[in-house]
Amino acid sequence: MVIAMFDDAELRQRAWEVAASVADPEIPVLTIADLGVLRDVAVSDSSVEVTITPTYSGCPAMNMITLEIELALEREGFRNSRIRTVLSPAWTTDWMSEDGRRKLREYGIAPPQAASSRRALFGVEQVACPQCGSKDTEVLSEFGSTSCKALWRCKTCREPFDYFKCH
Amino acid sequence: MVVASIQVSETPLVLYTLRRADDALILGHRLSEWCGHAPMLEEDMALANMGLDLLGQARELFSYAATVEGNGNDEDKFAYLRDVRQYRNLLLLEQSNGDFARTMVRQFFYATFADLYWRAMMKSRDATLAAIAAKSEKESAYHVRHSSEWIVRLGDGTAESHARAQTAIDDLWAFTGEMFCYDDGERALIDAGIAVDPAVLRPPWLKLVSDIVSQATLALPKNDWMQQGGRNGRHSEHLGHLLSELQSMQRTFPGATW
Repeated sequence: MVIAMFDDAELRQRAWEVAASVADPEIPVLTIADLGVLRDVAVSDSSVEVTITPTYSGCPAMNMITLEIELALEREGFRNSRIRTVLSPAWTTDWMSEDGRRKLREYGIAPPQAASSRRALFGVEQVACPQCGSKDTEVLSEFGSTSCKALWRCKTCREPFDYFKCH
Repeated sequence: MVVASIQVSETPLVLYTLRRADDALILGHRLSEWCGHAPMLEEDMALANMGLDLLGQARELFSYAATVEGNGNDEDKFAYLRDVRQYRNLLLLEQSNGDFARTMVRQFFYATFADLYWRAMMKSRDATLAAIAAKSEKESAYHVRHSSEWIVRLGDGTAESHARAQTAIDDLWAFTGEMFCYDDGERALIDAGIAVDPAVLRPPWLKLVSDIVSQATLALPKNDWMQQGGRNGRHSEHLGHLLSELQSMQRTFPGATW
């Protein structure tokens, strides 16, 4: 890889694409760009700084994501990379891309509802079943297989499903 | 082999941050003790998930305390290499799990407070504490909803669950006053807009707690005598046992890493 041929703007674009392609280890159909975890990529003197933000405070996937970004950049010839984690502004599920929501649904996980205000957190949640689309659903457990998900069940097709919680 | 405990320069902001970090770590650890033992699978996941939220908050707070202190300490040293008397958590949070009702009452008393607290702290003039608050308040909102539902279910359930929930409330009530106390160092931080005045949070907390408790056909004790000490390192007998487990690896194999 001959990195010297690119100027900083092109390098940044390439580094962004590499970082953006890293998948969430717990929901592999989503990339960190789909999730809104990838905040920024900066390049200077051919070293790359990637800024990410955690989803949940205790999300164990963050260490893995950091490592995956470093490895992906290394594979593409970026020898000097640094991953910076910022807390502010706080990540919210509103940052998930439309593409990400579609991919989640196709994967069988109900995407978070938009506008994750406290009203959405505690208002009447109407979650559509990702299998059959029915809105006649009920919560089975507020906490699911990972910290970002709850367990729901469709009362029409009877399938249980994961719901990506508003945050 | 014994590893010496670290020294901490407890300037007001370091101490303030450590107190909140210790709250999150100790309650998070208590919840993790339920892993594999909860009465049903959904609750096993819920308790572990909430413990994980708290552990994440603790890590952010410890890291910030380390940055402010600037003495070469880090999140692991704060967690693993301080002795009982150096811990600054609320007495409520170190109390043993007991039965499921007792764990839920402890969770309910704290989550309802933490939710109000973190929401208020989002306006802190300290940018890092405000950022940690913005993440924590969403998590605590889920913890409030979860524990409130259980208080109602237990209190308004069978005679047995009602009795156990009431006993837990009676036993833990005296530890709730400490959540609303502050000392001179914290007073200065409150005046500077970095901390929030916890006493202001007590009326809305009491209203919320009273509403849920009465909905659950339970009652709050009339006795308002409150026990304090955790914020200054005077702990109940439970914390030492908890730390002996939490710290055993680092105390036995100093510096061990994954």
